[in-house]
Order: sequence, then structure tokens, then C-alpha cells
Amino acid sequence: MSEILEIKSIRCGYEGTIVVNDFTLSLRDTTQNCLLGPSGCGKTTILRAIAGFEQVTRGEIVLNGKVISSRNVQIPPEHRGIGMVFQDYALFPHLTAVANVAFGLRKQGKKKQRKVAEEMLELVGLEDHIERYPHELSGGQQQRVAVARALAPEPPLLLMDEPFSNLDNDLRERLVLDIHEILRQRQTTTLFVTHDQEEAFVIGGHIAVMNEGYINQWDMPYNLYHEPANRFVADFIGQGRLIEGVLASHESVRTSLGLLAGNRSYEWPPGTRVDVLLRPDDVLLGVDGGVDCLITDRHFKGAQIMYTLRAPGGDELLSLAPSHFDIDIGQKVKVAVDAEHLIVFRQ
Amino acid sequence: MTRVSIPILKITTVMLALVVVLPLLVVFSGWMQSENLVWEHLLRTVLGDLLKNTAWLFFGVGIGVTIMGVGLAWLTAKCEFPGHRFFDWALMLPLAVPAYVMAFVAVGLLDYTGPVQTSLREMLGSNNFWFPEVRSTGGVITVMTLVFYPYVYMLARSSFITQGNSTVEAARSLGLSAWAAFFRISIPTARPAIVAGLSLALMETLADFGAVAIFNYDTFTTAIYKAWFGLFNLQAASQLASFLLILVLIALTAERQLRGKAKYHEATRSTNVYRYRLTGWHRWGTLFIVCAILLLAFIVPVLQLSIWAWGVLAEDMDERYLGLLQHTLALGGMGAGLTVISAMILAFTRRAHNDFLVRSSVNIATLGYALPGSVLAVGIMLTFTSIDNVLTTMATLIGRQPPGQILTGSVFALVMAYMVRFLAVAYGPIESGLGRIRVSIAEAARGLGDGPLVTLWRVYLPLLRSGLFTAVLLVFVDVMKEMPATLLLRPFGWDTLAVRIYEMTSEGEWERAALPAITLILVGLIPVIVLVRRSAKYQGRN
Repeated sequence: MSEILEIKSIRCGYEGTIVVNDFTLSLRDTTQNCLLGPSGCGKTTILRAIAGFEQVTRGEIVLNGKVISSRNVQIPPEHRGIGMVFQDYALFPHLTAVANVAFGLRKQGKKKQRKVAEEMLELVGLEDHIERYPHELSGGQQQRVAVARALAPEPPLLLMDEPFSNLDNDLRERLVLDIHEILRQRQTTTLFVTHDQEEAFVIGGHIAVMNEGYINQWDMPYNLYHEPANRFVADFIGQGRLIEGVLASHESVRTSLGLLAGNRSYEWPPGTRVDVLLRPDDVLLGVDGGVDCLITDRHFKGAQIMYTLRAPGGDELLSLAPSHFDIDIGQKVKVAVDAEHLIVFRQ
Repeated sequence: MTRVSIPILKITTVMLALVVVLPLLVVFSGWMQSENLVWEHLLRTVLGDLLKNTAWLFFGVGIGVTIMGVGLAWLTAKCEFPGHRFFDWALMLPLAVPAYVMAFVAVGLLDYTGPVQTSLREMLGSNNFWFPEVRSTGGVITVMTLVFYPYVYMLARSSFITQGNSTVEAARSLGLSAWAAFFRISIPTARPAIVAGLSLALMETLADFGAVAIFNYDTFTTAIYKAWFGLFNLQAASQLASFLLILVLIALTAERQLRGKAKYHEATRSTNVYRYRLTGWHRWGTLFIVCAILLLAFIVPVLQLSIWAWGVLAEDMDERYLGLLQHTLALGGMGAGLTVISAMILAFTRRAHNDFLVRSSVNIATLGYALPGSVLAVGIMLTFTSIDNVLTTMATLIGRQPPGQILTGSVFALVMAYMVRFLAVAYGPIESGLGRIRVSIAEAARGLGDGPLVTLWRVYLPLLRSGLFTAVLLVFVDVMKEMPATLLLRPFGWDTLAVRIYEMTSEGEWERAALPAITLILVGLIPVIVLVRRSAKYQGRN
């Protein structure tokens, strides 16, 4: 596998305000990747810079070994051959579904174009809606047309800007899976932008967690969850609470919940004040010999109940317990920590 | 709660539709009476020219307003050049200039004795230079294009704004250049809006009487006027009117066809209002073109009128002027009152009973905007004459003193004509205002014990305030500017500003037409400003 896209410390922004500064990222061929971050973190700007809709004032963007954006080079979007799926789909309202999909196929003859477009619509499961106009399609169907349109010219790189944010939850889950499968089969290199971590976990092989124009961590979903590189990632990905502690040795931390130890060691000297990240699945309830904690809140979630607890030292904890473990607010419960990956940040 | 059905509403709505249809039928019935002599005379002499002139005007103005309107809309909605925010609204200002005012300013300025040619002669010291003839087909087309392009401009502009950029960006990511994306994406998406604006401009073109009269450019409207006042032949006038009406109907059908199924729902508004940054000569070229159009279509005419009006202010600002103003305001008030009340009845009936009869009645009643004022005048005149005749006969039969012509030539006839012509203008804002009031709000009032009329007073009217205001304003100003129907139907002694302008310009006394003209432009600016502010607010929300 080789690098298909290299973004080398680019800077971009609008009049006076720098949105993205010194941003670097490279994508390997045939991989699916994701930029994940809260809104306003600059992820859409990066996508638009790659597509050629935003100028780069510093650094450069290289596609297949060719500079497409830099201070002096700005290849127009139509000559980049990069596919893009827009947040609002941007279907052409005056063209039918099949004409929308055939729009980017200009090298072949009319017949061939139509055939390819029909195949693409079939691929996304819309073979019965070929002649419909966009306003005659549901949101999910419009989304599928948009994906088919972007994929039809077989772009070396596909960009997707929050493509599922306008859909309701049920539909979104199915569509995310479907599209993930299509992209995987076609081996299209994809860069996908979202603020929704669940979407990112399904689509993205590699995920860049972004904040304020910077990448905080570039990693696989499992690592982002279990080994966040910093507090922002720990807070943004998954749920959990930080509790205070002091390093007892290089391997263990003393906290209000007792001595905690994971499977790794820390370089700081014993006695260093730290914060420990505890995920809801790390905190076990009703364990003999555990520490007494007060239940301050609970949310019933069907198979499970999410409890909020207060530890003796005042630290707040979250715990996900099986639904039959049913305790009222105000009761006390014995709590123990079972964390294989103990995430510790220096205070 | 079931909706209480009030048959009075329904009956009134059907009556309103009849009021619109009746003059039309009467105009067409002109063919049943044989006035062959006149008709054949018309056919032999003028009809060919009339058709040719009208066709030139139709296509010339059509192409002119489309290019100008769409081009300017694109520049102000999508491009960045010095002053684009100013031009965005300033380019709507020509809406306040009636076509006949623009026409007489152009002729007054540019014909042989006008200031432009005179000073050119002085500068060059000779008569030997080429100057385009103002009173020509090209002259009429130019003037009408400058006056009517804002219809296309406004609608195309708002379409370009709501389109956002994402479809264009999608097209570019699929390999289209910026120009190709403009022609293949932006224009087709805006097509319904462009066609709607174009058809408004063309309806005005076909209906125009004042401008073509000043240019001595014979069209159906001037021929109708001549047949009526010159030959005193109402039959010939109605036959000419029916011809014009057929042209209008063809244009209306063409519009429906062109819009066709293209009922695009506008894509979700995109928040990025990215503008193409024009650079180099594009930037200055654009600024030059936009400035030139604004100068020609608004600033120069207003300045010239001010100069003329200033010169005659001392003598013309007299009791006659005040009388004209009084009549104009009175007719505007009566026209706006009757029209807005009728439009409210239509809108409320439509809301209460959405059945076939009501729907088609409303559709017919709001077709009147397409009726040229001169056609309408002929139709109303003929209708009222026959009603008067029937009344006279009846009076004679029962042995009473015949009432004489009580309807024909009355203010009532004229106000009716205004109502028919401008019903659609008032219906639009009221209907859309009503559409925003949920039925449940009124139902809540009824549930709390208010009767239908009290609900109207306490719930609907306060909520409809801005729609009603717009409707009254638009009709009021349109009535004040209306020329052909007023000219043909006004009762003796009811001269308006527009009539005065016609009288003065037909004698070439441009200076003396300037004061009423500038008055009309000032009044006409009010709805334009309201429009501009409303669209600014609309954009500000995004």
C-alpha cells in the first residue's frame, strides 16, 4: 500500500481568521479514514481544501504524487478528479436520479453513461427509482444517489462531509453499514468527516480526532477508546469520568477507590498527582470488599442501567450495570474497579 | 370542532370569478355583432403592423430582460466586486419608475431637440454626426428592458441565493468548469424563477400603453385607444382587445408549459455564502456595467425629471396639481380597499372550503393580472353599458323615469377595473400570510368562545397585519400608476397624475409631465423599499 494523499502542514482560513494551521495527514491507498471532531474544529475546511474549494495559504496537498494545492498552486476542483458527497447531498434538482449519477461520466458515450449510472444505482439499491427526481425521493434515497453519483467516475479518493447528519437514527445506522460495505468492496480510498463517533467507528479504519484545527490522535477506534492520547480525546470519545489520584508506584495509583493498577507502567516518579480515566464498563457494582459509593442518578437503557455515583472522596463515577441490578437513587453500593487499560494523565 | 360553512363566502368568491370572466366574455362576444366594415378595414390596414410590432417587442424585451436580469442577479448574488452589497438592492430601484415615465424621459433627452443632441451639435459645430433614432423599435425595447428587468432580477436573485453553492461545487467535483456549472446547474435550477419573472415582464410589455404611445410605436393597446377615442368604435376596440387577449393567453400557456413539471423543491439552504472574488478587469468591467445600468435605469431619469420639475415648479405646483394628487390618492385608496377586501374573501374561502368550485373560482379571479388595462376597460365598459341598457328598459317597462347611464362612466366602473386587474397582487401576500396561521390557532379562539367574526377581528387580522399592509401598499401604488384603464374609464373631471402625464407627453411637453412623474416615482419607491428591507431581513436570518 502506498500513500495516495499527503497533506503537509497546511494552513487555511477565511479573511483574517485561521481555521486550520500546520495540519498534516496522509492517507494510504484503499483505506477508509475519518476526521472526527466537534463542530467548528476545522474538519470540513480540510475536506474542502482537498476538494479544491478552499485556498491553502501555507503547506501543500499532494494527490498521487502531484501537488494539487499550495500557496502557488490551486488546481481547479474539476481537474482534481476527487469525488465528494455533500452534507446536503447537493443533488441537481432538475435532473432525474440516473441523470444525476451519469453527470460526471463524460468520457464515454451516452449509452455507456446510462448503463454505468444504472449499475451504480443498482449497487446502492435504487434500481426501482432510476427516473425519479430528487424531490420525489426520501432523505435516505437522496443520500444513496449522492454516493452513487460521487462513485460513478471511479475517483481515486472519495470525500464525505457529514453525509449522514440529516437522517434519523434508524435509517442512519443501516445506511452507514451499507455504504461502508460498498466502499470496502470497491476499495475506494475514503476520507469521511463527522462529529458522531459511532458513525466514525463503523466507517473509519483510521480516525483522526480533531479539535481547534489540530489532530489530537490518529489511531484505530479500539485504541482511541482504550488508550486516548490526551484529556480531549478521553473526554470526546466514549463516556467516563476522571478521578483524582497519586502514583503509588510506577504501576499503580492510589485513589479514593483504593489502589488501582492496569497493565502498563508510568514513567513519572511515585507521588505524582494524576487523573485516572474510568469508563462506565470499568466500574463494577455490588462487589464484595468494594468501596461504598452513593447512587446520585440513574438512566434506564433497557438491557442496562447507567448509574452516576459519588465516591467517598467526592469523585464522580459512571457505571454501566446489567438491568436486573436495580438500585434506587440515594442507596449505597459497593464499587470496585476492573480496568485492564488504566488511563492516567498527569495533573 | 367542524368548520362552520358560510355560504356567503362561497357565493362571493364565485361572484368575484364571474366579475373577472364577464368582461372577457363580453370582449370576445364582440365577434358576434357584425362590424365587418371596420374589422375589414383594420385587417387591411393595421393588423399586420400591429402583430409585427408586438412580436418585436415581445421577443426583444423578453431576451433583454432575461440577459440583464439573470446576469445582474448572478453578479450581485454570487460575486464579490466593489459595492456589491449596495447594488444588490439598488438594482431593484427601477421598479419604482413607470414605463411611460422612463419612455418620455428617454425621448425628451435623446431626440433631436433634446439636451444630448443639442449639446453634441454645439460641441461638434455641425449636424453631420450619426445618432441613433430614439423613436425606433430598438428605442422602445431598450426602454422597456431597463424598466422591466427587475422582475427577472428579483426572482432569479432569490433563487440563486437559496440554491447555495453545494450543487455547483458538486458539479465541479464531477469535472465541470465554473462557466459550465453556471449554465448546466445554476441556470436550470433557477429556471422556474426566471420564467416566472420573465412572464411578469412580458405581461407588462403586452399591457403597456403609455410607453409605446410616447414612442408612436403602434401596438394593440394604442390601436384600442385610437379605435375608442379616435373612431368612437367600441366594437372595433373590442375586436382588437380580443386579439391582444389571445396573445396574452398564448403567453400564459407557454409559461405553464415552460415551468412544466419543473416544480423543483429548493434544496436545503446552504449556509456558506461563498462569493466568486472577481479580480483584474473582471472586477472593474463588472462595476462599470452595473453602474451603467443603474445610471440609465434610475439615476439619470430621476435627475432629469428633477431638473425639469424644478424649472416648472413655481407654475405647476398649483391647485390643478393638488386636484390631480387628490384624485389619484382617492382612486388608489378606493381601489386598494375594494381589492384587498375581495382578496381576503378569496383567501378565507379557499381556506375554509377547498373544493373544486372554490379552487377554480380563485384561480380564475386571480387571472386578472394578465389582462391588459385597455382590454379590461373595453370589457367593463361594454358590460356596464349593457347593464345600464337593461336597467333603462326595465324602468321604461314599469313606467318609471329611466335612470340614465348610472354605471357607465362612473367611479365604480373604474374601481371595479382596478379590482379585477390587481386582485392577484393583493391575493399573494394575504394568502401566504394566512398560510402561516395554523388552523388550530383559530380553532383555539373559537373554543374559547369567540364567534367567526370576533375571531377574524381578534386573531386573524392582528396576525395578518404585515400581509395586509403589503397587499394594500402594492395595490395602492399600482392603481396610482395605472394609465390605460384610467384613461379609458375615468369619469369626467377625474384626471389622475398618470392621465396628466399622458396628456402632457402626447404634446411633447416633457417638462410639464415631470412633476407628476416624480410624484409617482416617489410613491412607487415605498413598496420597493419595503421589498428590499424584507429581503434583507430574510437573508439576515441565515
